[in-house]
Amino acid sequence: MQYQPNIEPLFSKLGWLGLITFAVLTLIVVPWMYLFIPDGGAFHISSYTVTLIGKIMCYCIVAVAMNLIWGYAGILSLGQGLFFALGGYSFGMYLMRQIGQDGQYQSDLPDFMVFLDWKEYPLHWLGTDSFLWAIMLVVLVPGVLAFIFGYFAFRSRIKGVYFSIITQALTYAFMLLFFRNETGFGGNNGFTDFKRILGYSLTDPTMRAALFGLSAFFLLLVLVLSRVLIKSKFGRILTAIRDSESRLMFCGYDPIRFKLFIWTLSAIICGIAGALYVPQVGIINPSEMSPANSIEIAVWVAVGGRGTILGPVIGAAAVNGAKSFFTQAFPEYWLFFLGLLFILVTLCLPFGIVGLFSKLKNKFKKIES
Amino acid sequence: MLNNKRNALLFILSFLALAFPMVGTALDRTDISGLASEHVMERLKAIDKIALVGDSDALRLLKELQNSELLVTDTGQIVLENDDWDVIDAITLEMLDPQPDTYNTVIVNNRMRSQLESAVGVLQLLSDDREIRLTSAKSLRDNLSPLLLTFLNKALAQESDEEIRRILQESQSIILLDSPDEQERIDAVNYLTSSSERRVRELLVAKLEKNESGEFEEVSAEVRVAIEFAVTAIDRKLTFIDYFGRLFSGLSLGSILLLAAMGLAITYGLLGVINLAHGEMLMIGAYATYVTQQLFVNYLPSYFDLYVLAAIPMAFLSSAIIGVVLERTVIRWLYGRPLETLLATWGISLFLIQLVRQIFGAQNVEVSNPTWLSGGVEVWNIVMPLNRIAIIVFAALVLIGIWLLISQTRLGLFIRSVTQNRSMAACVGVNTAKVDMLAFGLGSGIAGLAGVALSQIGNVGPDLGQAYIIDSFMVVVLGGVGQLAGTVYAALGLGVFSKFIEPGVGAVLTKIIILVFIIAVIQKRPQGLFALKGRSVEG
Repeated sequence: MQYQPNIEPLFSKLGWLGLITFAVLTLIVVPWMYLFIPDGGAFHISSYTVTLIGKIMCYCIVAVAMNLIWGYAGILSLGQGLFFALGGYSFGMYLMRQIGQDGQYQSDLPDFMVFLDWKEYPLHWLGTDSFLWAIMLVVLVPGVLAFIFGYFAFRSRIKGVYFSIITQALTYAFMLLFFRNETGFGGNNGFTDFKRILGYSLTDPTMRAALFGLSAFFLLLVLVLSRVLIKSKFGRILTAIRDSESRLMFCGYDPIRFKLFIWTLSAIICGIAGALYVPQVGIINPSEMSPANSIEIAVWVAVGGRGTILGPVIGAAAVNGAKSFFTQAFPEYWLFFLGLLFILVTLCLPFGIVGLFSKLKNKFKKIES
Repeated sequence: MLNNKRNALLFILSFLALAFPMVGTALDRTDISGLASEHVMERLKAIDKIALVGDSDALRLLKELQNSELLVTDTGQIVLENDDWDVIDAITLEMLDPQPDTYNTVIVNNRMRSQLESAVGVLQLLSDDREIRLTSAKSLRDNLSPLLLTFLNKALAQESDEEIRRILQESQSIILLDSPDEQERIDAVNYLTSSSERRVRELLVAKLEKNESGEFEEVSAEVRVAIEFAVTAIDRKLTFIDYFGRLFSGLSLGSILLLAAMGLAITYGLLGVINLAHGEMLMIGAYATYVTQQLFVNYLPSYFDLYVLAAIPMAFLSSAIIGVVLERTVIRWLYGRPLETLLATWGISLFLIQLVRQIFGAQNVEVSNPTWLSGGVEVWNIVMPLNRIAIIVFAALVLIGIWLLISQTRLGLFIRSVTQNRSMAACVGVNTAKVDMLAFGLGSGIAGLAGVALSQIGNVGPDLGQAYIIDSFMVVVLGGVGQLAGTVYAALGLGVFSKFIEPGVGAVLTKIIILVFIIAVIQKRPQGLFALKGRSVEG
């Protein structure tokens, strides 16, 4: 018998309502309040806030990608930070080229290359002055790396903590590589001092609003996409891989293909998030690749709730909101807080904030009945 | 700096060598009379004259001059004061009669001082103390000049120590490479064949090159053949020494990795959880060493050298106790959920790092080597630091200890049984919860021991553990779990392998190559090189 696709709607009524509200808020209301309400007006939103929310939305995209692979397929990747940074670097190369001769040394080359006394762009910078090629790189670099790495890893059935550790080592190796000046990515300092995209200034409020809107749009897109995936037959196979891979194999499925697809897709989404993140924050350096960052991504998802559609978004927003607050108010206690968060969430809230809510809801229902 | 000084001396020496062909006669009064002069140049010349005489009296005089003990009388005689405040002649050491009424110190300015230093350095080749002669011979070797040949011959004639003779003879041969006599050159080359110095090789190779007019630097074909032979011989030795050095640093790195990974392998093998806070157990061990050191400094300063020995149990216990507490409070609630354990232990590691920062400060703390761990042993021109040798020995001892514990004791039996088949072990009455706790404590304790070792070779700071955690995981992944042998082979193998390729490709590429290598190995052997065979393998 043919598998009957799930006839449930993609989102519940409430879900659609939430999505549309979010879309209206981020695509219309916030940009309008930022651009058209004058500074000092009661509902004006500052550049700082727009950038902060835009940044957090990029993190949310990463969290959704992490949820796809960890929450549904049960593969804890500690390399998502690497793909995020690679996407950022790919787009950063284009941004560096857009600086043109406005750098400190007024050279065609980026400042760091002048500093290293390089005479021309190295080979891997070929074509990065084209916006289209840069966009393709953002997808291709994380995608190809994830595909190759995943092919070999999944083929030899590396799973569970082994896979986590190997991806962490991969991330670490890349971080060391990018710290080198010879790699051609600005070493320690990475890329910064960006000026414009497609000729438009990055500091222009319209540009900020556009980047903000673009991030929001991609977040919505990724959310819907992951929902579509999860609701499909493919999604069922993913959860089956998570819950019992050997049983799935005995049923005649080849889990490698499914894992490889979702892992590559997740990497590409992270890369896009990175590309959106870099022009908003204005800097990318190798510390984005530190293994700690990748693990933090996992904790966003864990805090929000693994395997739920909204969980990762809530988690990423909550943890990063807390981080902004703590690092300003009590910088020395942030690590304590983060450490305790890791421990308490895994010990007491295995399904995160979303799980906590549904638990409470069930309790209320029981009381009512 | 020193070089310049010596070159200045040699320059002046060369003048004198021309002016006074009779080098090497005994000191006489005219040699030193210049010291009484009011002109600095005269005094400088006098120093050179004394240096050229080059016997023990000359050395004594120069040293006295250095210490401002030399005096000059009104008549311009250079004199000394003996212990009874009598004035004696500086050369003959005979009492002056009549004793002069007034005398002044010979003035030594900075320029003279540096000249003196160089001169004394050369003359110390004739000292009675072997160590002084050795240092002098070594520093001479680095500043050779044809003018020193006479000195060298003189020093060689009275030198009896083999090592110093070898150095002097090498220096002498290097000078004789430029000798006009062909036989002397051949002898020199033949002697240098036994050398194992890169510098000597460069000198010899230079002789084989052609100069601007198209002639060989070394005109005689016979000598060139000898030189070629010598260069090959030296090359062979240099390669051997190079490999030996790499092997040693590889073993040193490998034993550090072994110490760091052994505890990890035990806990991972037994509990199936990856403990990301393992690196912080290293860090705690290192800080325990620091605290022990401070206690010794404050309360037992006379036994300071023994503090490292006391730190070993301290570090083991502090890490083990913290490990047991963590196992009881956090990790045991997460058994069966390895990915969550990974996150929770990462949280623990963040927490511990911040805690240590709050207590000890974010800066590195200073842990010093006891005297018996400072310095090194020199073998074939490679200095092997004592602390690194000690770590290799220490790792071996810890390994033997763990092996005995696992294979000979009841606890070891339990650990092995639970690792192989948890439920079966529980069925026959093993208290698995208790075994888990003790094994976790043991693993953490071993990490603490690794911390003691690390504190002796590097900085001790809150981030100490982070640097080693990924490498030790690589060891566990490569070696497989459940057997100590796998960890040992993987740690030493990785250590030696990375040190062998590092000089060629650099440290970063080495790490990447190792990662690729490990992934390649895992393609063939997914459970690591030395996995346990049996039904329990696939969980």
